[in-house]
Amino acid sequence: MKISKDTVNHVANLARLELIEEEKERFILDMEKIISYFDKLSNLDTSEIKPTEHVIPITNVFRDDKVCNSYDREMMLMNAPSKEKGCFKVPKIME
Amino acid sequence: MEYEMVIGLEVHAELSTKSKIYCSCATRFGGDVNTQTCPICVGMPGTLPVLNKKVVEYAVKAGLATNCSIAEYSKQDRKNYFYPDQPKAYQISQNDLPLCESGYIDIEVEGRAKRIGITRIHIEDDAGKLMHDEDDAGSLVDYNRCGVPLIEIVTEPDVRSAQEARAFMESLKAILQYIDVSDCKMQEGSLRVDVNLSVRPKGEQRFGTRTEMKNLGSFRSMVRAIEGEAARQIEVLNNGGTIIQETRRWDEQQGLSYSMRSKGEAHDYRFFPDPDLMPIVVDKKWKDELKNSLPELPEARKKRYIDQFAIPGYDASIITGSKALADFFEEAAVISKNAKAVSNLIMGELLRLLKEKGMETDEIPFPAEYLAKLVFLMDRGVISGTIAKKVFEKMFYTGKDPKIIVKEEGLEVISDEKALLEVVMEVIRKNPQLVRDYRGGKDKVFGFLMGQAMKESGGKANPQIIKGILKEKLGEVDNS
Amino acid sequence: MEIHKLTVREMRGLIKDKKVSAVELTQAMFDRIAEIDWKINSYITLLKDEALMRAREVQERIDKGKAKSALSAVPMAVKDNICTRGIKTTCASKMLENFVPPYDATVVKKLYLEDSVLLGKLNMDEFAMGSSTENSYLKITRNPWDLERVSGGSSGGDAAAVAAGLTGFALGSDTGGSIRQSAAFCGVVGIKPTYGAVSRFGLVAFASSLDQIGAVARDVTDCALVLNTITGYDSMDSTSAKVEYPDYTGALINDVRGIKVGIPKEYIGQGTNPEVKKAVLDAVEILRRLGAECEEFSLPMTEYAIPAYYIISSAEASSNFARYDGIRYGYRAENYSNLLDLYKKTRSEGFGTEVKRRIILGTYFLSEGYYDAYYKKALKVRTLIRKDFDDAFKKYDVVLGPTTPTTAFKIGEKRDNPLKMYLGDTYTVSANIAGLPALSIPCGFDSNNLPIGLQLIGRHFDEKTLLRVSYAFEQNTGFHKIKTGVRA
Repeated sequence: MKISKDTVNHVANLARLELIEEEKERFILDMEKIISYFDKLSNLDTSEIKPTEHVIPITNVFRDDKVCNSYDREMMLMNAPSKEKGCFKVPKIME
Repeated sequence: MEYEMVIGLEVHAELSTKSKIYCSCATRFGGDVNTQTCPICVGMPGTLPVLNKKVVEYAVKAGLATNCSIAEYSKQDRKNYFYPDQPKAYQISQNDLPLCESGYIDIEVEGRAKRIGITRIHIEDDAGKLMHDEDDAGSLVDYNRCGVPLIEIVTEPDVRSAQEARAFMESLKAILQYIDVSDCKMQEGSLRVDVNLSVRPKGEQRFGTRTEMKNLGSFRSMVRAIEGEAARQIEVLNNGGTIIQETRRWDEQQGLSYSMRSKGEAHDYRFFPDPDLMPIVVDKKWKDELKNSLPELPEARKKRYIDQFAIPGYDASIITGSKALADFFEEAAVISKNAKAVSNLIMGELLRLLKEKGMETDEIPFPAEYLAKLVFLMDRGVISGTIAKKVFEKMFYTGKDPKIIVKEEGLEVISDEKALLEVVMEVIRKNPQLVRDYRGGKDKVFGFLMGQAMKESGGKANPQIIKGILKEKLGEVDNS
Repeated sequence: MEIHKLTVREMRGLIKDKKVSAVELTQAMFDRIAEIDWKINSYITLLKDEALMRAREVQERIDKGKAKSALSAVPMAVKDNICTRGIKTTCASKMLENFVPPYDATVVKKLYLEDSVLLGKLNMDEFAMGSSTENSYLKITRNPWDLERVSGGSSGGDAAAVAAGLTGFALGSDTGGSIRQSAAFCGVVGIKPTYGAVSRFGLVAFASSLDQIGAVARDVTDCALVLNTITGYDSMDSTSAKVEYPDYTGALINDVRGIKVGIPKEYIGQGTNPEVKKAVLDAVEILRRLGAECEEFSLPMTEYAIPAYYIISSAEASSNFARYDGIRYGYRAENYSNLLDLYKKTRSEGFGTEVKRRIILGTYFLSEGYYDAYYKKALKVRTLIRKDFDDAFKKYDVVLGPTTPTTAFKIGEKRDNPLKMYLGDTYTVSANIAGLPALSIPCGFDSNNLPIGLQLIGRHFDEKTLLRVSYAFEQNTGFHKIKTGVRA
């Protein structure tokens, strides 16, 4: 299974990753090998099989509509790399 | 070439639960930035969501109230995309198995009834708020709103005009308020609408290319945006161009829409079932419980008002358009036992005053009881219809009991014959020519003189009595 | 007294008999750590002052007649992807190098309530992605049995620390075998409970439908003691199971008569190193001698486990890791020109190669056009793998085999061959895919004196049978008593 550079570029962009050229080359080779191996799944006939989304059969897991004290703002901002006026700061967003 | 517009609406309503959808932070609007957050709604590593049961109940109620079928089995899916107001870089929504499907709302536009189909209603979490400083080099993120529960209501492309869109939104808003699942305050963002619009030649079956418009802050904005965009598309087509499928931002001030071309690549949301959340099963028992808990809906209430209170259909429509207003009306109608008068005052005075002051129907500044009292005063002849309007305004601005207003300002109807006689004599004295004309045979002048007499009495004269006196005095030949 | 070689039970015994105080015990652990951890590198963060202070507090409670639980005053260490309030939780990644969570994981809270003493946070493969702890951003943890070899992954720090006597017990996480494989490489016991038995709240998510927190300890009894504390329903975790959680020590019976053991042919075939195979077959003989009914059978879905596992786990990981963008916490690139640039640079600089590889793979598997062929397909194969085991458990009580195809490999040996690295997980991933409990116990050594691990897989919520069989095996062999000779 050949993976094109365009595919890697597209996927990297979707994942907000930036790869340098050598990384890209390596990734393409790795991906081809790995995905080729994974393609053996297509040997299995699963047309009548339902996907398992959860291994334990639980449904209707809920909590009550109760308010508990939120966390202190200072604590929430403690790990923020950039903050201002009680908010998290990001580069200017052009709309 | 005649074109018609084809519109589908996507409405987001914030559910009025006390706590957020996946954590127990408060949903209250207007808090200081980032004071209603916790590691869960801010997406810190290792945190997990747990679904608020009320959210499911409210969503199902919304579905039941709009004639949807409720899915017995539905699930929550991740919608993956990067944006600073989305802390986990995915929204938890519902993709292929939503809670509600295939419903409808019946609307009325210019006397014609129409059914607008609802494709689906599903639950999802809201994102945070971005604030852009004009001068500053950055943008700021506030996550208070992040995690507030939403329902997304998607209509079939059944809407054919801005008026229909408006009628649908007003009906939907009323329904959601009636069943008390959302306060639907567009100005606070608890009700938002996106418009998908395309045009096609009249009679054509196939759909044209559609554009999506976001950032519509009011019904009025929506109407303008629809009309503006339809016109734009028609012009493009008439000039031989093609419509590009894109998202456009509506600028209310300029009255124009702009292409949001920055979102160049189509979104690949990579939906997949959220492994942290379990499926939702709404069995018949639960569904029936919720169905039985629904209050009387706007449509039913309107019909009842026409039957029970004998008010005109138009009035009933307007009054039941807002739960607060309907409650107000009904209370006053029952107490006063004169629904028609109550309805008239609401339609004639209340709505006008609310609009002037930019107030909502849930902000009426006096109790329904007072309106009933005012109607009593009218019915018992204590005040005239004209005066009643004055008193109403005073009541609106001061919030005072109408009985007190009437007393304080001496607005009672004057029935004292002696006083009225003085008024009549004053009118006769002030209008000699008209009096001569009347006595000379011009009967029509009487109406004007009556008006003058009422005016002279400050609107307080008992019309029957003063009419009699005026007629009598005019009939007498004057020796002056 | 080589206090660090003691089991949790033995340490408790000394504390109860007042032969040693909580502070002395804690101090002894730190002395040992100072002596040899520079060779092994099992710890990322050491909390000496905090631990001694806590030990003093615990001792006070003990003196007042409180703090009597099975883990009171016992020194513990926690894998660095389990959140500890006020204490750096790095996941061995540059991305979270300085992240200090303002909350404790549920399991940590529970252990604090038992008065355990936290010594520090343990090294791991970055974000739990890896099978050797070579993917840590900070350091490589070396195998105490041979310092030129890996300690396994991703819970390499856990297993090495327990093997070298640098902690009483450790909490780890297991997504595709992380606890069991490292336990096997380091000659200790590691257990991954049934999915849903231990709360995941506070465990930095890798693959949500596969992750479980488990225990690494020096013998089966210690594991049972830890399980008693960490298992249980948690309302903060929607995937937490509301079932009856027994006293696991009740399973520690030296009797396996009548227990049916199934050995999958696929686990002892070509892909397994002959010495490992021999040790496993010897173990089977021992169990037979003890009265268990053992026979070989086929698990035909075995060859599909790795692709299914890697597709599911990468896909979920690509979504779970999207939150790392330098906005609310964690690493943030220094130079960026706009928002998009901030995302790309932060994530590219903050994540290591293996993490990036899995994110790209996972994004690919979920993307438009590939979702059905990969992710959805893998979920269907998951159904088939479960059925494979459901069928097996109709006949057998325990599925047994080697934990890994080989013993610990040399550091650097598999670095350039990700696929080869992935295939080392062949025997462990199925338990995660099916949500079954599984554990690894030592069952011998190879000719290089490297430990060999025996894996037992059980029915959902049947940890008791696993504990019983492994306890009996342990009591009749004594492999767990052989300690490493790592010296200062």
